[in-house]
Amino acid sequence: MTDELFKQMAQSIIDGDADAATQLAEQAIQGGLDPLEAITKGFVVGVNFVGQQFAEGEAFLPELVMAGEAMKAAVKTLEPEMMKRGAEREVLGKVVLATVEGDIHEIGKSLVGTMLTAAGFEVFDLGVDASPHKIIAKAIEVNADIIAMSALLTTTMVKQREVIDDLEKEGLRSRFKVMVGGAPITRDWVSRISADGYSEDAIGAVNIAKQLVAAG
Amino acid sequence: MSKNIKSITNPKLQLKVLTPEDVRKIHDATLQIIEKVGVRFPSQRALEVWAENGAEIDRDRMIVRARPELIEQALDSCPPFYTLAARNPQQDLPLDGNHVYAGTDGCGVEVIDIHTGVKRTSELQDVRDIARIADATEEVAFHWVPVSAQDKPHQTRGLHEIRAIWGNSTKHVQTESVYSEHEARAAIEMASLIAGGKDQLRKRPVLSLMQCTASPLGHDGGSLDAALLAAEAGIPTGFMTMAACLTTGPATMAGNLAVGNAEVIAATAMLQLAHPGAPVFYAAAQTASDLRNGAYTGGGPEDFLFGAATNVLADYYNIPLSMGSFATGAKEPNWQAGLENSLSTFMASLVMSDMLLGLGFLHGSRIWSFAEMMLDAEIFSIVHKMMQGIPVNAETLALEAIAAVGPGGNFLSQKHTRAHMRDLFLPQFMDRRPYTEWESKKDDARDWALTKARKLLAEHQPDPLDAALDAELERIIAAEEKALV
Ligand code: B1M
Repeated sequence: MTDELFKQMAQSIIDGDADAATQLAEQAIQGGLDPLEAITKGFVVGVNFVGQQFAEGEAFLPELVMAGEAMKAAVKTLEPEMMKRGAEREVLGKVVLATVEGDIHEIGKSLVGTMLTAAGFEVFDLGVDASPHKIIAKAIEVNADIIAMSALLTTTMVKQREVIDDLEKEGLRSRFKVMVGGAPITRDWVSRISADGYSEDAIGAVNIAKQLVAAG
Repeated sequence: MSKNIKSITNPKLQLKVLTPEDVRKIHDATLQIIEKVGVRFPSQRALEVWAENGAEIDRDRMIVRARPELIEQALDSCPPFYTLAARNPQQDLPLDGNHVYAGTDGCGVEVIDIHTGVKRTSELQDVRDIARIADATEEVAFHWVPVSAQDKPHQTRGLHEIRAIWGNSTKHVQTESVYSEHEARAAIEMASLIAGGKDQLRKRPVLSLMQCTASPLGHDGGSLDAALLAAEAGIPTGFMTMAACLTTGPATMAGNLAVGNAEVIAATAMLQLAHPGAPVFYAAAQTASDLRNGAYTGGGPEDFLFGAATNVLADYYNIPLSMGSFATGAKEPNWQAGLENSLSTFMASLVMSDMLLGLGFLHGSRIWSFAEMMLDAEIFSIVHKMMQGIPVNAETLALEAIAAVGPGGNFLSQKHTRAHMRDLFLPQFMDRRPYTEWESKKDDARDWALTKARKLLAEHQPDPLDAALDAELERIIAAEEKALV
């Protein structure tokens, strides 16, 4: 019976069906199922499957994004129950993600967010045009492991440096890993601003993020 | 060096990509989107304009919803024809619906160095070099700021860039890298100096402005403020949608056209409400995002169709179009670059898009290549030739020459041949040599294109900008820089 439920959970993610995922999560709570188990044995199996399919070129971007949305819906439904039981979902790390101030390019940043979430990171997406202050305040608030900044303009990439400088000034630099990306970002720029990581695409961003949390 | 500008005119080829019924449906969908869903205008000034004209405004989210009548009435005051002025009036560009002009592409972030061949960050000197080569290239009718002058402070970079182009070319300058109010103000002042005063600038706009919309259904605040200032000064201004199927637009092409159209039309209407009769243009570079990684493709069949469909929309609104063609996603001048840039430019030309952007880019509008610039110029020339079609008349039917040669023989020694041989297209970069010659050299179009660019850069002397005038431009930029610190 539970196995069947787990299967349905995985399938709801594969179908990218947030409503079904929510419903199954509710069913799990009513049935007294351990919410963490529902996640790891049910929903996550679906996420991994879609991720695998995507990596093999069998699934397309919208399927990945919809799987992510369905996963979010399921976790959100399960969260109150987890709180009650004092259980915490294991995440690879917490990432505060934003497109920097003055910049409204959103797609690449959001894709990086989707991939990080799918890989098991908890992502706090501040959207676009986020000021250094807003980014740093959020990182402190959620006790982030990584600050991840996207910049698509040569006129706004300087904001990545500004955040790093501000962290330095406030004595916070060692507390967070900083990774950057976007069209004008080069290896040279990354070393000039002393960021900790950079990648040219979203899949690479996941690898970098994993390395950064492993390096602690 | 020739001051001639090559443009496509009096076209002999035609294409039907949307029926009048299709256009009507897209227009209706557009109005419905603007009225029901709304468009985001994150600028106080723009919101004021809408408020004064009775549009419904959600102040918190800065979303405007406007009735179809308001939009349609506003659009009525768009001037259908006007001229983009050049420093040299011989190079003025009438946007009259009977010309297709090509420009350089713009805002690149890296350059393949013309001397070393190494890819590096773009600088002001690149802007100068490209402008100089473009000045000498008849296929280039006007400039976009080709790459970003990253060695200049970011707040005034856009000003350094237009000064560099005016200093190296007499052709019209369209900038897409001025997108804040303060920079726009200074840019207008600079353009006034070139034109000989504010009134003269209105008559002879030597500068035009292109702003991106923020798909889906939004705008950038700085862009809106800059556009409003430009429209007030009589500087032609366009909004460019880059709606991409899958990410910033629906997966379906019609839906993507409607979303982009709503952005462009709403912003154009806003400019007309603020400054009725201001010269405006429609601008677009829609595409489809890559299914696997979401990349901006800058090519592919959807791109080519958008290139053709958009001018039908712009014609419906009776305003000129600036269309993104060229701009391949390829990483070097290769099969993909040739294919994408030829088809996109051909499709956009078939429908007589007024301006085509632009020559010179690789990697989806990111990397400038001098070789690609020259190759793109040749693509434009080929399309130019094709658009002349096949003239059929007594002279071209050549009956006398045919009778003189009779069965067998050849036409090489005929007077008729001599009179018309130059009608045939003479490529600069196509390899038609014997195989063995190629085998011994193994060079190709890319090498020849680069050689040509180097030669133009070394030899071409553009008509200089008056030194006193240039000093004034420099003064404006310096004052702007001082004010900002
Ligand atoms: C933290 O760790 C990481 C790690 C990896 C990270 C990362 C963070 N962030 C990204 N990555 C990486 O992973 C992602 C997924 O693989 C990748 O993200 P990308 O974002 O690169 O890739 C996306 C999946 C797809 N790519 C994109 O979405 C960007 C494509 C291009 C064509 C582009 C688009 C689409 C847009 N634009 Co703009 N735009 C361009 C872009 C040229 C290009 N080919 O990059 C670029 C960046 N834009 C440019 C310009 C000039 C502008 N744009 C503007 C606006 C827009 C649109 C709004 C129209 C639109 C964005 C729509 C949206 N909702 O996001 C304006 C700026 C507005 C503003 N204030 O931000 C405006 C200034 C134009 C104007 N005059 O209005 C140019 C920058 C030039 C420069 N010198 O700085 C540009 C290179 C194109 C060009 N040549 O003109 C990687 O970079």
